Amino acid sequence: MPVIQGAVCAFCGCVCDDLEVLVENNEIKDVKYACAIGREKVLNCVKERDPRVLIRENGKFREASLEEALDRAAEILANSKYPLLYGWSNTSCEAIKIGVALAEELGGVIDNTACVCHGPGLEAVHEVGVVEGTLGQARHRADLIVYWGCNPTQAHMRHMMRYSAMSQGIFRSGRKERKVVVVDVRKTTTARLADVFLQVKPGKDYELFQALRMAIRDEEIEAEEVAGIPVEQIEELADMMVSCQVGFLFFGLGLTQSSAKNENIAAAISLIRDLNFKTKWLMLPMRGHHNVTGANKVTLWETGYPFAVDFSHGYPRYNPGETSSTDLLARGEVDAALIVASDPVANMPAQIAKHFAKIPVIDIDPLMTATGLLSDVRIPAAFTGIEAEGTLYRMDGVPLVSKKLVEPPEGILPDKILLQRLLEKVRKLRRR
Amino acid sequence: MGELLIKNGIVYDPINGVEGEQMDIAIKDGVVVEEVSPQAEVIDASGMLVFPGGVDIHSHIAGSKVNAGRLLRPEDHYRDPEPKTEYTRSGVGYTVPSIFTIGYRYARMGYTTVIEPATPSLKTRHTHEELDDIPILDKACFPLFGNDLMLLEYIRDGKLEEATGYVAWMLEAVKGYAIKIVNPGGLEAWSWGKNLEGIDDEVPGLGITPREILRTLCTISKMLKLPHPIHVHPNNLGKPGNYETTLKTMDCVADLYEGGKPIIHLTHVQFTGYGGHSWLNLSSKAPEIAKYVNAHPHVSVDLGQVIFGEATTMTADGPFQFILHQMTGNKWVNADVEVETGAGVVPYVYKRSNYVNAVQWAIGLELALEVKDPWRVFLTTDHPNAGPFMEYPRVISWLMSRKAREKVVSKLPRSARRRMNIETMDREYTWTEIAIITRAGTAKSLGLKSKGHLGVGADGDVAVYPINPREVDPAKDYKLVRRAFRNAQWVVKEGEVVVSQGRVVSSLKGKTFWVKPSISSDALEAARQEIKGKFKRYYTVEFENYIVPESFLARPCMLKAEGS
Repeated sequence: MPVIQGAVCAFCGCVCDDLEVLVENNEIKDVKYACAIGREKVLNCVKERDPRVLIRENGKFREASLEEALDRAAEILANSKYPLLYGWSNTSCEAIKIGVALAEELGGVIDNTACVCHGPGLEAVHEVGVVEGTLGQARHRADLIVYWGCNPTQAHMRHMMRYSAMSQGIFRSGRKERKVVVVDVRKTTTARLADVFLQVKPGKDYELFQALRMAIRDEEIEAEEVAGIPVEQIEELADMMVSCQVGFLFFGLGLTQSSAKNENIAAAISLIRDLNFKTKWLMLPMRGHHNVTGANKVTLWETGYPFAVDFSHGYPRYNPGETSSTDLLARGEVDAALIVASDPVANMPAQIAKHFAKIPVIDIDPLMTATGLLSDVRIPAAFTGIEAEGTLYRMDGVPLVSKKLVEPPEGILPDKILLQRLLEKVRKLRRR
Repeated sequence: MGELLIKNGIVYDPINGVEGEQMDIAIKDGVVVEEVSPQAEVIDASGMLVFPGGVDIHSHIAGSKVNAGRLLRPEDHYRDPEPKTEYTRSGVGYTVPSIFTIGYRYARMGYTTVIEPATPSLKTRHTHEELDDIPILDKACFPLFGNDLMLLEYIRDGKLEEATGYVAWMLEAVKGYAIKIVNPGGLEAWSWGKNLEGIDDEVPGLGITPREILRTLCTISKMLKLPHPIHVHPNNLGKPGNYETTLKTMDCVADLYEGGKPIIHLTHVQFTGYGGHSWLNLSSKAPEIAKYVNAHPHVSVDLGQVIFGEATTMTADGPFQFILHQMTGNKWVNADVEVETGAGVVPYVYKRSNYVNAVQWAIGLELALEVKDPWRVFLTTDHPNAGPFMEYPRVISWLMSRKAREKVVSKLPRSARRRMNIETMDREYTWTEIAIITRAGTAKSLGLKSKGHLGVGADGDVAVYPINPREVDPAKDYKLVRRAFRNAQWVVKEGEVVVSQGRVVSSLKGKTFWVKPSISSDALEAARQEIKGKFKRYYTVEFENYIVPESFLARPCMLKAEGS
């Protein structure tokens, strides 16, 4: 039975690339070394697929050929004045590049899911920079690891073992040679593994970061407690942070999507930056989708901006709040949408997602999602990382190429090819 | 492919000894030939300057740190949009332009080959993704070796053979072109929050020195017969008094020289040519460095010329970027790469009124004016560190015209003028010398035999500039020179017209050169097995996933290393 070694997991931002996948008769029989979620996805996702190509007519879906669906999709996009091209975090960089070209051709907006997850972290980088390192720096060197507003034991299940708290590095080995701190609004399963847990009041992370910044400068904090945490505890943590040899902060959506958003991250970055005047510190966001980092990177090098890029003037413009998809939808500005490898109807706030019901929507996804159900043209795609290879970026920016593990069913094509054909059709219509 | 005849241009082709002769250049199937048929497309270059396509030896155009610079600086892009046209994709500038814009802007200046001089091996796949996206240009990238932990351990253990195998394997694995060394040993120290201060300091935990790293890598580069020598950004870059480290760095491999091409290239020497003890008394030591270069044929240098205005500093030298952040308070990106290297980015503005910046400006030019052999000094701004590449025409005008330089000098602070030597220098570059420092010399240094000249068999890369070198006196009419080099009249890439009347009219895909080092297949296989066995201990990715296959590149072009 053929075993594929070094298979790349296409689930979360950890992009573990050491999986062993057992394939028999074009079917995945077993997956080794993956976490519970990754294993489930690789083993079973193809069973959930909906292979139907659908076009909505008089309010009802009917099955159609791929060619017909692509024609209809091209027509919708070519007739649109200001389309939104959204999603991208679960597909390959090769597909994303075509997405950028399509958005430019149409004078529309291309945005990725960072808009509703780590986008605020990117905005914080515009403001103050960032002090990063690849995951290996945590594994080999960090003797103090802080998880803030993230819960790797449940969301990035191999992170601690493979890259951080419990990993075996060259200069640090395992959990016993490191201290672990968790800051969260509740005692998560990760917090149970920590040496120190600080339960921050919801929405008060910003205050806690600033208090820590004061404490590491030996400034007096004139309060009993900050963000629900006694000042002595804050000072103790500050002492720990200053006296470690190499510290590493991992943060999650608990920071980016609580009320201060980008200012939370800017404060976190400022803290890490300040700490580098005393000892060595690095940080990384715990990115969710396996290629959301790639979506940001490709968009960045091709347009100069990481997400929410508007081409309506014929060149890239970027102003989150104005050109970001949630805001465009909230204001009802876009008049058509192409959704690739994402489910905004299920994931965005209902008030915002409502606008999808008013405009023509094209959905390209292997699964039938809420967005698919609401769409006007629904095109099934191959699963990237399982049925199609493609370049991905791990949460720390390390590029990897996912492997094709099995062949997709006949007639089911990868996003890259579907988008290339769509782009050609759109160009043809617009040149007419 | 078609035929093209560039007629009656005034041609400068220093490699073939052509100095301002009126002649025709014939191109067929992308290559320069003796003659073409009467059906060939004709470009009338009468009264215009014809150069081979430009070759930039050091410009940060692609990869993770360039992209970090783009992320750091949306304000850099807002003011400089580049709308799409019938032939071109849209984008933004300015100091860290988006990827398509880089290709178009270089092409408009008549450049057809550009080297990305620093790529962390682990992220070189990213570098290739960006390089592939750059239209028109041919390119290559230099992987970073000066702080690679596996390699440093071989050096510590005196295992030259293993170290050689390692470098050969790595170059081939990531499709790199030459050995880049940045702050040797200093970035391993930076992984612990420390730095080194001289070439005889010990690397923490390893007990070896930058001197040993430099000498070993220079030896390896020669053994592998790499076409371009070790490309070195020395320790102490950007610190007052650092010229002594620079001199020691050049000198530490002097005894390894056996004649022929230089064996060490010191890059952006402006940043490493500082005298004085602090920023208060910084002075130009360009003459000392030039003196050394003039006396020692084993060294070549490039300028890293400062341009007044906006810049984005970005290097693998993480600790230097941290110092710059400390000094300026400007926003700062640091990006360590496990067991290999680091990187940093800090925006910067060079001001004419600033004493330090004024001295920096003078150092680059003094170096170019004092180094006698133009084949060993190259024009760069270390884009975007000392200024954006779009300002090369300005540098050319300063080199060709004392008057142009004096105009700048007259506006500099008097305190700075006392610590520079430029006012005493009256050398003015000739057209031939400009052709050498911007294409012929760089192509030679890179070992790109089909670049930098227009002899039969050369790549059909040609720049035609709208200026008549027989009529214009560049020393007097330096503004005309600047204008001409900003926007070529025609640029031809592989026989295809890509720029016409200063506009991009085609965006074909360029090649990516990579080097297959000269090593026996047994030795390479032994290295591969050894590295594979150790790989998991060092890296967080799998051995086979680390390797970038040739098929990943859009248009790979392998060169077999055979030395100079």
